[in-house]
Parts: sequence; C-alpha cells; structure tokens
Amino acid sequence: MSAVLQFLKARTIVALILLLALFLIGIELVRPGTVTPLWASNALLFAAPLAIMGAGQTLVMLTGGIDLSVASVATGAAYLLATNASSGDFSAIALALALGLVVGAVNGVGVALLRVQPLIMTLGTGLMTGGAMIVYSQQMLASQPHVPAIIQTLGAGKIFSLVPVDLFLWIAVGALMLYGLNRTGFGRLIFAVGDNREACHLAGIRVWRVLFVDYLLCALFAAIAGLVLVGGTNAADLSLADSYLLPSVACVIIGGTSIFGGRGGYSGTIVGALILTALTSLLTLLDVAEPLKQILYGAIILSLAAAYARLTE
Amino acid sequence: MAAEQDSILDIRGVAKRFDSVVALRSADLKVRAGEVHALMGANGAGKSTLVKIITGVFPADSGDILIGGERKVFRSPAEARQAGIVSVYQDPAIVPDLTVAQNMRLARVGLDAVRTAMRSLGVERVDLSRAAREIDFATLRLIDLSRALASNPRILLLDEITAALPIDLAERVFAVVRDWRKRGASIIFISHRMAEVAALCDRATVLRDGVTVGVTATQGAEEKIVNMMLGTEVAKAAVSGAARAKQTASAAAPALEVRDLACGHGLRGVSFAVRPGEVLGVAALEGQGQEELFDCIAGVRRPDAGEIAADGKPLRFRHPADAVRAGLVLVPANRLQALLPQRPIRENVALPIFGRLKNWGPIAMKDERRRVEEAVRRLQIDTRASSELKRLSGGNQQKVAIARWLAAGFRVLLCFDPTRGIDVGTKRQIYSLLREVAQQGASVLLFTSELPEIRLACDRAIVLFGGRISGEMPADDADEARLLRAAHGLIAADAEATA
Repeated sequence: MSAVLQFLKARTIVALILLLALFLIGIELVRPGTVTPLWASNALLFAAPLAIMGAGQTLVMLTGGIDLSVASVATGAAYLLATNASSGDFSAIALALALGLVVGAVNGVGVALLRVQPLIMTLGTGLMTGGAMIVYSQQMLASQPHVPAIIQTLGAGKIFSLVPVDLFLWIAVGALMLYGLNRTGFGRLIFAVGDNREACHLAGIRVWRVLFVDYLLCALFAAIAGLVLVGGTNAADLSLADSYLLPSVACVIIGGTSIFGGRGGYSGTIVGALILTALTSLLTLLDVAEPLKQILYGAIILSLAAAYARLTE
Repeated sequence: MAAEQDSILDIRGVAKRFDSVVALRSADLKVRAGEVHALMGANGAGKSTLVKIITGVFPADSGDILIGGERKVFRSPAEARQAGIVSVYQDPAIVPDLTVAQNMRLARVGLDAVRTAMRSLGVERVDLSRAAREIDFATLRLIDLSRALASNPRILLLDEITAALPIDLAERVFAVVRDWRKRGASIIFISHRMAEVAALCDRATVLRDGVTVGVTATQGAEEKIVNMMLGTEVAKAAVSGAARAKQTASAAAPALEVRDLACGHGLRGVSFAVRPGEVLGVAALEGQGQEELFDCIAGVRRPDAGEIAADGKPLRFRHPADAVRAGLVLVPANRLQALLPQRPIRENVALPIFGRLKNWGPIAMKDERRRVEEAVRRLQIDTRASSELKRLSGGNQQKVAIARWLAAGFRVLLCFDPTRGIDVGTKRQIYSLLREVAQQGASVLLFTSELPEIRLACDRAIVLFGGRISGEMPADDADEARLLRAAHGLIAADAEATA
C-alpha cells in the first residue's frame, strides 16, 4: 500500500488519471452504456474552453497569483465578437482578442508595477469589464448580434461527426504551454518568480516584466476561451462565462499547481479540466436538484483539493 | 560505569530518514549533568536532525532517548519544554510580524523571566513592544536564547547560536552558558567554530554521515575532532597561504573601485579598490555598514553619495540587473534570499541567465546542462537530492548560490558571509574556490564574521567601523588581535600614539 502511495507521490499525474478513470466508471455505473465515443467527443468539446481558460490561470497561479477577471473577459470577448460580426470576421475576432490584451495589460500594470494584490486587482478589473459590457450592450440594442460561422465551427463543429474542432485548438494551446513552461526562459522565470520573488530580484531579474507578460497572456487565453464558448452556444449573452470562474481556478488546483506558486504545470490542469467535465456530467446524470448539485460540486472539489494536498505534501 | 549513570541525557542508536535521504543512521549521545557538550559534524551529518528529535519536533524512526534514566518520547517541543528540555534552533523561531512580547506569549514564557535573561545577555534595552522584523538578526538570536532560558531548562540545546553573532555578542552567550553550567544545567552546543568549542565545551560528540564516530574531551583536541568529522578526506582540501596571488599586478586598473560611498546612517564614506585577481576581505562587528556597502555595490540599494566604478567606468545601478550586467554579482548572507526552494538544482543554477530578455525564448538544453554540470562539479555539490533545493543541506545550498554565478559569469564576486553555519570541509572548498576564481582573473570581495577566515582566504583586508574604514592591512598581518582592534575603531588611535 505504501509502495503504491510512494509511486503516486512521485507521479501525481498518474493519480489524477486514475481519478478521472474512477469518475468515468462512476458514470457507467449510474447509467450503463453512457460512456461512448460520442459521449467522449462531447466531453472534449465542453472541456476545451475550460482547459484553455485554465491555461491562463495556470500561468498566473504558478507565480503565486490568481486572475478573477477571466470570466468577465471571456464573456466580454464573446459579446464584442457577436455585436461586431457585421464589420467582418477578422476585425470582430481582433476586437475580441484586443479586449483580452487591454484587460490583461491593466492587470499586469496593477500587479507587476503597482504591486496590488492579484486577487483584489483582478476582482476589480473583472467587475469593471462586466460593468463596461452592460453599458456597451445598452448602446447596442438596435444591432443584430450573430456569431461568425468560423467561430461556430470552432466551438461546435466536429470532423466526421466525432472529433471536435476545438480539440485542435486545445492541443495547440497545450503544446505551447508544455513547451513554453518547460523549455523556454520565460517558463523558467514563471516558476522562479512564483517560488521566490526576492531571489529573482537579487539574481538580476526584472520581476515586473515577467508578471506583466504573465497576466497579459492569461487574459488573452480567457478571450480565446470566450470565443470557443460563444461558438458552442451560438448566443452571446452577458452571463456566458460566469459559471467558468470557479472551475478555471479549480482545475488548476486539482491539477496540482500550488496556489502559493513555484510548483505545478499545465499537464495537471488538462486532467483537472477533464475531471471537472466528467464530474458535471456525473451530477447531471444523477438528476439531482440544481442547489444540491452545486453543493455536491463544491464539496467534491474541496475534498479533491484536500486529498491532493496530502499527496503532494 | 559510574560515568554511564551520570548521563542526564542518553541517546542510543537513533535513526531517521526523510523519503530517500537518510539523515541519521545511528546516533549516540551521552550528556552529563552540568557539562557543556559539543555536538560536532560536517554539514548534513545530522546534528540539527538530532536536536529536533530530542526536542520532539519530529519522531525518530528507531532508537531510544533516555532522560535521567527513563525512556521518553516527546511529541512536540512544548512537551519537551515541560520536561526541562529547550532548544534554540538554527533559524529563529520567531514570528516577524508580532512584537517581541507577543512572541514570548506564544511560547508561554513569563515576560519577567525573559527580561532577567535578557539582562544577563546585555540586551535588556530592546523594546519588547517592537515588531520582531524591525530587530536585527543578531539581537533576535539573543532574544530567542532569552526565551529559552526563561523556561529554566535542565538541558539547553543551542544549534549554531553563534553563527551570525559578532565576537562581542558571542562572548556574552559564552558567559551565560558557563553560568548555567555552574547552576547544574547541561548544554548541548553546536558550532562550526573550533576555537569557541575548545574554549567553552567540556566534551564533544562527533557525527559523520548520521553515525556517532567518537566522543572526546575538547581540551587540545581540535585536530582530532576535525579528523573525526572529515574522515579520510581530511588533508585534501587544505588551503595554503602560499597559493595567494603574487601582488605584482598592482599596475592593472581596479576591477572594482568605490569612492566616498555613503548610504543611510550605516555607511558614511568608504573608498577602496579591488584589483583583478585579488580577494579583498572585509571585517567588521555587527552593523558597521557592511550590509549597506554590499547592497549598494550589488544594486540592491541606491547610495546617497559616492561613486562605484568597474574597470574604470563609473556605474549607476537602479536594479540588481544593472549590477549583474556590469559583472558585479552578490551571494547574500541569507541563503533563503538567494534560492528557489521548490525548484531543482539545475534551475537554481541557470536562473540569472534568464534575466536578459533575449534569453526568454527556447533554452539550449544541452548547453545549459553542460554549464550547470560544470559548475556543480567545480563546487562538488552533492546532487543526491537535486529535485528540490530545500532538501539539500545548508552547505550544499550555499554552494548552489555560488555555482549560479560560475555558470553565468562575473567580474567581481560579492560574498557576504558565505561560510556562515557551514562545516570545516565545505569552508575549505569555498576558500579554495574563491582563490581559483581569483587566479583566473576575477576579483572577490568577501565579508566574513569569522575573523580567522581573512588570513585563510584573502590577499588584503579592510575593516569597517561606524560606516568608515578603520583599518587596512595585508592578509598576512591580519591576525585576530589586529582585526579586532580595528573593528572596535582602535587602530587609528594606535597609529597616532606610535607616531
């Protein structure tokens, strides 16, 4: 038994995959015959936007920070896209991504240069972004929002009715994250800044540059996730990504990234996003009332995080 | 047999491992009532682990602890304290944001008793309502000791208490230790300073690689103790004064020149130059401006006045990055300030390279591995626990803090007390490395709180007193007596008197 624990401690990703398998078995037990290739294809389709948002969240949490503006940014990007679709796909997408860059830059300046607590800073910018979107929507009453076809394909399309298109975007993001974190100087700096900011300062590293780029990238990922989401729903409303805020943080923590920074990575977040998607699916199958579902969801996430903390101690 | 029964503390075959790293294999320790007993050993020999097991910080895997002939297992330091066993650990167990008084209350010791102890250590004037973080490290050590004394210990364990203390404060600690011995208490004393062990302790137990290798009376046994600590590799690492640079290259432009440097209240106008290939020692009592001096040269603080020049070019630093780029690199006193505890050795060593934006992209992994391995080899870093830096012993951590600059390259190495709390063997390795670095044309500025190091490691020494240079001498003349006189500001008066 202790040998198994030792093994799992050394390879926490294996423990996570086992956990995911456990959820899949649970789903099969609740309703046999549910887990099919088509079900898996849908699960990946839904997990992708969460995992892309989780990529940005991983980047900031590795530095010991957090970004609570990701949901507002994703919603805002989706809304800007839909309301500006008439001026051409390219400019609508560019506008949506630009929102991410603007909010990310503001977060970056606040956290990196003005040294505001990341929690407070991003909570503030998230509220401001949400408010600005409401004002904007009131000016836009007349126009007819629609989601460009290319984004619909991205968010809902499947190749051979089986392989979701957004999976390819996810794979690209994943490859970039894994390579970037492990094999580039910037990746090393993200871990280093999260582990000991003062040591980085003394080693001649301008920490603010690292943090600024970090928050910029996080918001950009959030905007991209917003586009995938709105492609899937084909309806831009101002609460589109609200329910993604907690999961975007939870999938990073379940994936084994320390909230104090310096330890973790994106591979855990990938499995974390899949686990959360499977959990949602399981709770839906159990057919319990919405309030109870929320209680169960929260309780399971908490116990997972606690178990994980034990394992990685 | 009678001596056996005299042992108030009797430890038999204690073993402890952390994951795959064995900290103690089989430690034995017998301490008599009313003796000062030295616990000696190289870094990583298991001294601190043994202290923590005795005081119940964590349990032993096997072995027995007998106190007054009775088997005891303490489950927490609080339990040990109730039994009269109190420790002052290597890192002060003090919450920085609380006041001193609040810290004392945390440990449930009476303030009056603490004040009495503080008086005996000569720090009674410290305001107990100040936050601990505002108090300098040396004073904090003495307050930590006062707190331990206030609970009236039968057995007092002092882990490296003098490591960060200047001579005058260390003397006060010794006086208090002798006083407690007279009262019948036993003191277990851990220190890497052989001279103070010989002067203060009655007997010594030596640990090597987690095993007790011998017990000896300390009187005149310094060489014997060192041999036991180091085992077979004893004479290999000795640094001879003869290896010192021949001081013929005085015509070369100074690698580092400091003119009238002043910063805050601490540093009030200091000028000196370090030549290429020279190791310049800096000696001073606590708080004579040495921190400010090193911080200014390393770009950590901005000087109020004066000039810093490297290779004849005047420089102005707004960030440590500017100093690093100019080749002035700092190894800070506190290892925790320099290192990434959760990251592997490799990332710790490679860190400074990524300070430049052009190195943010893909890493040439092979080239990096070669550089890191080269630095690790030169410093003989033990890489068994290389996956997380915090699992290395203190000496190996210090080596990593130096190795990083070997890998990144530098002109002047600014070492602030690099051998604090490090064993004799590692110290010698560091001295010979500094010499090697100098022989290859770089320069070293070395502050040390251990005065004998000046002669061993340096070519020349300056002494700071009250933020100014109070003495300068070739290393050959820098015996402890002379350095101490200068460190107390006495040398100038001396010179005037003879004139």
